[in-house]
Amino acid sequence: MRRGWRLVRRSFRAHSGAHTLGIMGANVFALAVVGFTVVVGRVTDEVIVPGLDGDGVSRQSLLVAVAFITAVGVIRGVSIMTRRWFNMLATVRTQRTWRRAVTDQFLDVPLSFHYSRPAGQLLAHADADVEVATSMLKPLAFSMSVVMLAVAALVSLLVVHPLFALVAVVMFPTLTFLNRRFTRAVEVPAARGQAAVGEISGIAHESLDGILVVKTLGRERLEVDRFAEAASRLREHRLAAGRIRSDYAPLYYSLPQLGIIVLLLVGAWLVDGGSVSIGDVVQAMSLFSVLTLPMEILGYMFQEIPRSVVAMDRINRVLAEPTELHPDPAAGELTGSTPGGSGVVGPVVVEFDGVGFSYPGGPPVLSDLDLRLNPGETVALVGATGSGKSTAVALLAGLVPPTVGEVRVGGVATSALGPEGVTRTVATVLQETFLFADSVRANLSLGIEVDDDELARALAAASADGFVAELPTGLDTVVGERGIMLSGGQRQRLAIARALLRQPAVLVLDDATSAIDPVVEAEILESLRRPVGGDMVGGRPVGFDGPPTLLVIAHRMATIRLADRVLFLEGGRIAASGVHDELLEVEAYAALAQAYEMAGGPR
Amino acid sequence: MTDVDSRRIDGVGAISVLRRGMAASPELRDGALYTAAMALAVAGGKLLIPLLIQVVMDVSITADGVRLGWAVVLCAVAAALVVGSVFLGKITYFRLVRTAENVLLGLRVRTFEHLHRLSLAEHTASKKGVLTARVTSDVETLTQFAQWGAIAWIIDSVQVVAVLFIMAVYSWQLTLVVLVFHLPLLPVLRWMQSRQLVAYENLRTRVSDTLGVVSESVHGVEVVRAYGYREQMRRRVHGVIDAQYDQQMVAARYFSLVLPLTDVFGVTAIASVVGAGVWWGGAWGVTSGELVAFVFLCNLLVSPITNLGEVLDQTQTALAGWWKILDVLDTEVEVAEPSTAVPLPTGALDVRVEAVDFAYRQGGRVLHGIDVSLPAGASVAVVGETGSGKTTLAKLMARLADPTSGRVLVGGVDLRDVSAEDRRRSIRMVPQDGFLFDTSIAENIQFGRPDATTGDVEAALEALDLTDWVNGLGAGLDTRVGERGESLSVGERQLVALARAHLADPGLLVLDEATSAVDPETETTLERALERLAAGRTTISVAHRLSTAERSDLVLVFDAGRIAEQGSHDDLVARGGVYAGLYRSWLGGTRSPGTSREGTAR
Repeated sequence: MRRGWRLVRRSFRAHSGAHTLGIMGANVFALAVVGFTVVVGRVTDEVIVPGLDGDGVSRQSLLVAVAFITAVGVIRGVSIMTRRWFNMLATVRTQRTWRRAVTDQFLDVPLSFHYSRPAGQLLAHADADVEVATSMLKPLAFSMSVVMLAVAALVSLLVVHPLFALVAVVMFPTLTFLNRRFTRAVEVPAARGQAAVGEISGIAHESLDGILVVKTLGRERLEVDRFAEAASRLREHRLAAGRIRSDYAPLYYSLPQLGIIVLLLVGAWLVDGGSVSIGDVVQAMSLFSVLTLPMEILGYMFQEIPRSVVAMDRINRVLAEPTELHPDPAAGELTGSTPGGSGVVGPVVVEFDGVGFSYPGGPPVLSDLDLRLNPGETVALVGATGSGKSTAVALLAGLVPPTVGEVRVGGVATSALGPEGVTRTVATVLQETFLFADSVRANLSLGIEVDDDELARALAAASADGFVAELPTGLDTVVGERGIMLSGGQRQRLAIARALLRQPAVLVLDDATSAIDPVVEAEILESLRRPVGGDMVGGRPVGFDGPPTLLVIAHRMATIRLADRVLFLEGGRIAASGVHDELLEVEAYAALAQAYEMAGGPR
Repeated sequence: MTDVDSRRIDGVGAISVLRRGMAASPELRDGALYTAAMALAVAGGKLLIPLLIQVVMDVSITADGVRLGWAVVLCAVAAALVVGSVFLGKITYFRLVRTAENVLLGLRVRTFEHLHRLSLAEHTASKKGVLTARVTSDVETLTQFAQWGAIAWIIDSVQVVAVLFIMAVYSWQLTLVVLVFHLPLLPVLRWMQSRQLVAYENLRTRVSDTLGVVSESVHGVEVVRAYGYREQMRRRVHGVIDAQYDQQMVAARYFSLVLPLTDVFGVTAIASVVGAGVWWGGAWGVTSGELVAFVFLCNLLVSPITNLGEVLDQTQTALAGWWKILDVLDTEVEVAEPSTAVPLPTGALDVRVEAVDFAYRQGGRVLHGIDVSLPAGASVAVVGETGSGKTTLAKLMARLADPTSGRVLVGGVDLRDVSAEDRRRSIRMVPQDGFLFDTSIAENIQFGRPDATTGDVEAALEALDLTDWVNGLGAGLDTRVGERGESLSVGERQLVALARAHLADPGLLVLDEATSAVDPETETTLERALERLAAGRTTISVAHRLSTAERSDLVLVFDAGRIAEQGSHDDLVARGGVYAGLYRSWLGGTRSPGTSREGTAR
């Protein structure tokens, strides 16, 4: 409850204007509701009874009555509008604020945060959690006016007769109590039902996703049984909820009717005694017929508080994560930037100095790793699955910082360069090719300024020019999730072109050619060893001293053979280094090489 | 299947959906009675109050004085009726819920069952999501409708009619006044509510846009970091969040306008009833009690009208969902089981494919006049480009679909005459996606033969030389494989599938090789296991690696739905055709000169 208030205060502080106007509208509404019943009561006494049972009324007093009903009605209408609009505005603005904060955090936290959580969970934080956390804000303005409503209603009844107020004092707490009892009672079966819906959908997805396996195994009958069981459980939970609702709902909606009957009886007696008028009774009765809704809204809000608070906790945990350090960009700058985005002209040296790395709470992946790539050298990093190859790549790309030791690019530590600084020098083609749901052009440039010539050169070097030209609208074709589907090899070629476009001083390929035809792969690797950045004059590139420093992770012997030098990684450190033929002397390396040979072939 | 993409279903459509639905769910008839009783109980309880007020005001509290006795009797009767309506409401509401849940359960399970009976040709990758939605979200839409919309239809329309009826009994003139002031509300309300619906539909699109871009920022986080794309990404994320916000506020416009508007209409109606009733009421014979009752009745008219407007849209969506579900149930089952089955011989099985054509129900022909004979115990590789029909042929051999014309004979028996049980025991297909159920490795293997014991599972692993591999996993045989088996690599999932196939001990093995990369260590284990599994059986491999073709007795080269070449690997290479070309490019890319065919590195 208190945490619920804290949530409200937080939203209120950020969007106080909208909240205030919404609550004001709600309070005007409360007054208008009670006011309308007063008007109906007065109109009964002053106009209806004398007009139909008595001596008649003047045209003027009738017009005044009609005007009063209309006026209060219009005020009530406008107040509903104000309450709904501004309360919605405040809720939606809060959602936007929190959604931005959460997604900003996703962009700014260290990568280890992403590695340690499933992507689906992060998406849920930005989507469902923000939605649920703000769901208690939706009934907020209305709830804030319930006190006003209760006071106004009670005062209006007290003015008429204390006995009427007494009936109300008995009736409305009973309604509130019933409502709370109902929402609590239905909570458990409702939650179970929701879980059962999830279970059913899980079974349906699994079973239909794997329909081929289901059919080949002849499991249809068993799958249907499994599904029917879960569906029956859902039915049981829904029936349980239905039984509770059928116990409470008719009672809840009939209580005000019983109250009105009591009022009428008491009213008749009081009218007989002459202490109240018929209009007073009508007023009290019409008040009773409109008071169930506020009780329900209040109940809804109480029901939402715990859900919202829990979702808010999840959001807060994300927001509390420390963000990645952004070092002063100038501090680690290697040289001025070139149009292509690379900060360096020409290849640079890469050094790992006593580097160790472990994921939080995990065993060391790399330990005491020393290596040096000379400027312009092509080095293949070879090692069994889990030997730490991809971690070494992540360290070099500045995606994660080393736990101990230092990674230096062009003599500057990556920690000093910062993630953005590293990307100006090192271009990495990752194992899993990721394309944004955007045009080929946008996917290649990723925010840097490039002209079509540069794009064409990078595409040609990655052997991607052919199929890109055949796409429906060439460079402007939307690819990725909602666009054209590309084959694995085509995606990898785009990823390579994306890296080449940056004219990197250091290029890293992490198993980036696995889906590419071996013949094409050889062509690409050949062209990588020539820089694509500078203009070609007389067959020689201008503006570069030589090809980029190239680090390759590959599973094909042909690729590995292309390297000037092979580093054999075993158990998180370099076990051997040299050209391929020399390394065959190392038993473990030879075994791995044989496995690679056997597995080779177009996939 | 007829395609109902339009969400709107007109009156005629609604009736035909109802008729089909009634036929599909006979339980619905019981529900009609409860619904009628329920509507009476609820509407009756509400209408009692204005009636009581009128009677008490006109009979008991008159200008001549109050007759308290009458008031007591009337109120007691009314109270008894209200209490009666509570009990009636309680009973009928629960019965109604029960009927609805029974109908939904039946519909859901029958549809799911039917989906599993459909031929695999219906389960294309692109349709999987749609079919899953039939038994999940479409049924949920119906559930929501049953819980709220359907009940609202009955109760609210009964309430509107009853209110108008009582009003007319009191005074037809005043009823006309009420109608005149409510009629203009109807088109305005419909217009706003349909605009609101459009606004919410647009909002759903915006929400999925936001999810799409946020998901890119999460899934592509490495690229974002590695390419310094962070600030641009931030701008895109903020862009879609803001667009969603803008659309939320467009929807909020209608949300904050519809209710007050109907409220104001209702109030104007009350004001006019009071004005007209007092001025002309004497002449029309209206009493004061009736006029006050009119004011209360007016309040009972506005809310059902608003509800009905909202329910109308919900109804259309629900009917469209129902229609789609019924369509699934109406899709005929293509692969029918034989009434009298011919038993399959045991041991390795020969395969004869005779003049087989195949075409998908939607989409073109995939196989054209395939004729091929595979001797028992042979290992056969099928190669060819994606879409050349090689996987379809594999599916026909496991009878996941029937040929459009021609026949497939296994062990000399037409597959259509083989019982499902026999087929499952003797013909086993290992699909390429290596899909596993979200449970332990042991249980996934056990699915291969329902009566297998843990000992059998271990024996199968031992036979395929996979024991070391399983022991190397976190919890050995009890290792959980995760959703779809995704905690394991593609290659490891195939290992499980092979062990599963071994357990069944089939005479014909149909293998669809994985196209995606398998890490080299697993690949070695996989090839060894495959070799052991294939021994003594007829094996047909849809090959994506030429190394598989190299090792097989017979190679079938597919091209555009026809067999372009067939023969042994060596013959085909010597012939210098399509296959020879494929082989040369592969050799050039992966093998160093001097490496022997067995692939020794040294």
